[in-house]
Amino acid sequence: MLEIIKQPWHWAVSGTIIGLIVPLLLILGNKKFGISSSFRHICAACFSGDIKFFKYDWKKEIWNWFFVAGIVIGAFIASTFLSNPGEAIQIAPKTIETLKSFGITDFNSLLPADLFNWGNLISFKGLIFFVFGGLLIGFGTRWAGGCTSGHSIMGLANLQKASLVATIFFMAGGFISANIFIPLIFKLIQ
Amino acid sequence: MTFNDHIETQEEIELRHQDTLCTNESKLIHPWWYNLKYTLVGIIFGIVFVKAEIISWFRIQEMFQLTSFFMYGVIGTAVVVGAISVFIVKKLGLKSIYGETITFEDKEFNKGQIYGALIFGMGWAITGACPGPLFAQAGSGYSVVIVTILSAITGTWIYGKFRDKLPH
Repeated sequence: MLEIIKQPWHWAVSGTIIGLIVPLLLILGNKKFGISSSFRHICAACFSGDIKFFKYDWKKEIWNWFFVAGIVIGAFIASTFLSNPGEAIQIAPKTIETLKSFGITDFNSLLPADLFNWGNLISFKGLIFFVFGGLLIGFGTRWAGGCTSGHSIMGLANLQKASLVATIFFMAGGFISANIFIPLIFKLIQ
Repeated sequence: MTFNDHIETQEEIELRHQDTLCTNESKLIHPWWYNLKYTLVGIIFGIVFVKAEIISWFRIQEMFQLTSFFMYGVIGTAVVVGAISVFIVKKLGLKSIYGETITFEDKEFNKGQIYGALIFGMGWAITGACPGPLFAQAGSGYSVVIVTILSAITGTWIYGKFRDKLPH
């Protein structure tokens, strides 16, 4: 059993479990599945200042932090105890080829060490991939009113038209970024 | 003793729901440790994130370069299973384990679902993560992602600061 769990999981198994989190949260306490609001609740709790958008009763939403803390713990458990050490991730050959042309050399772990290390933090790479990328995520999800969890899973599962529009534009933004901006960024770095 | 026995005004409730989907709709007031069950659900979610390699920067590049079906399979399956579940919950009028009726609300469309979504989508491809996977990447030991999370909190704050000046 453990051997099976230790292998990378099939998309259908993974998708099914994620889909079942929606009714699980509803049944456990009438909670709507989502993640990005946790950022907003931190702003509301710590840096609300005189900003009206953060003047709400954030204590009503602390369940979301407990949920997010679980994600951190679960990821730690999975990567520490439920993974085969040294097993390389399977990546589509075409994507490897494209990324190699961008100068990526590490294809062994989930994230390329070329990008994701502290040494890159105070560099153009770090500024774009961590700082700027993070700003886009925080600003964009809140303006959109939700992220992939809230809109693309909870919202679509609840047949919301607004969530369908949001999902289409999430994908559009991703396509533009991955096929136009990212190649451009790597060209600037090289 | 409860953590929060503040009674919200209607205005406060509306503000809490502004630009937000994942809200707490329960009217019940419980001690804080009741929330630990959501941590358990989060642990399951975190394990799936890692085991399905959804938190991989490479998976996201594959998805947007259209070189792999994997992420479309994950999200598609999750939506179908979620939609069937929501349908059943509504159809049977299911209650939560505390006997509360499970409620759903419709979200009005606004322009944020175009502009904001485009901006988030760009960040998604660059960082290789949406908000959930960011936390899972940090938990997997990619500590530098903490910087991305702090930036996302900053981005959210900037949105809150300038919200009134943006089209909705």
